[in-house]
Amino acid sequence: MIIRILGEGQLEVDDSAADELNELDSRLEVAVERGDEAGFRAALDALLNRVRATGTPVDDALLEPSRLILPQADATMADVRRLLSDEGLIPG
Amino acid sequence: MGVMKRVTLIFRSKANRALDKMEDPRETLDYSYQTQLELLQKVRRGVADVATSRKRIELQINQLQQSSDKLDKQARDSLAAGREDLAREALVRKSGIQSQLNDLQTQYASLQGEEEKLTAASQRLQAKVDAFRTKKETIKATYTAAEAQTRINEAFTGISEEMGDVGLAVQRAEDKTEQMKARAGAIDELMASGALDDVVSGPRDDIQAELDRMGATHGVDAELERLKTELEQGSAPKQLEGSADSAQPVQRAAGGQSAHAAPPTDQPPAGDGQ
Repeated sequence: MIIRILGEGQLEVDDSAADELNELDSRLEVAVERGDEAGFRAALDALLNRVRATGTPVDDALLEPSRLILPQADATMADVRRLLSDEGLIPG
Repeated sequence: MGVMKRVTLIFRSKANRALDKMEDPRETLDYSYQTQLELLQKVRRGVADVATSRKRIELQINQLQQSSDKLDKQARDSLAAGREDLAREALVRKSGIQSQLNDLQTQYASLQGEEEKLTAASQRLQAKVDAFRTKKETIKATYTAAEAQTRINEAFTGISEEMGDVGLAVQRAEDKTEQMKARAGAIDELMASGALDDVVSGPRDDIQAELDRMGATHGVDAELERLKTELEQGSAPKQLEGSADSAQPVQRAAGGQSAHAAPPTDQPPAGDGQ
């Protein structure tokens, strides 16, 4: 499956990594809901590092939508909230 | 639903809404391609803006570094002149400048990172826009409007996601550049007001004034000493003039002349030859 890390591009990640990534993603979501900045930072770093470690960058010319999209590495909790509220996205 | 899926859905729904607005799917291709080119322009402008901002910070870093170096030298000179009070004052000012410098260097690194990310984003978008253009022409040439729909949707969703990503990156870079401009402007104002600048080169540079005064005093003393020595030496040669063994250059020259004067007595052989 193709996963995009915002600001970094798309990576091809083996489907077998899905469970682990979902688990990390749940931690990220809980942290955002609780407003737990430290938990948010740790979960986002873990999630991005896992995707970077297991994934391989796709060809730049590939025109395929990603299965999953992850916030950029330096995203704050406020950035992620904005992203989820559908504000601040440039219409494409 | 996790964060990843929600973000993905938001990107997807943006693309779908844009697609729904288009009546002829093939028109979508041309319209989208235009907006892609516009975004590419925008990203390139963004890269240039970040670079300009980075260079401005670089200039300020150099100016502050010069101030810091000068204060450091002043501290050394003051200490060498036995003025620990002046040396301390110079070091206090240097540490103030140093903290500004550290702050600027952090900002510089952050802008440099932003510039690299945006440059990479611009290259990725360029590659995708090129791929889209090729695909667009193929679709237009090969399929009827109805047949083309699915393929257009795929290509459009793919490029749309990239554009959303790049658009966000440009926005982040713009925000950061604006912040940097504000801070760089504040430092420029500080420099113009003299709060930073005057420390070393302005009229109120009392450390340098004191050092200069001390240096000038020292210079006068040294000049006096030199004059005294010259005067003493000026009278000495007179006493030595009569001495044939004198090592003084003037005496040696005179000795040389007398040595020249002597040869004629040794020269008769040459005279004989004539």
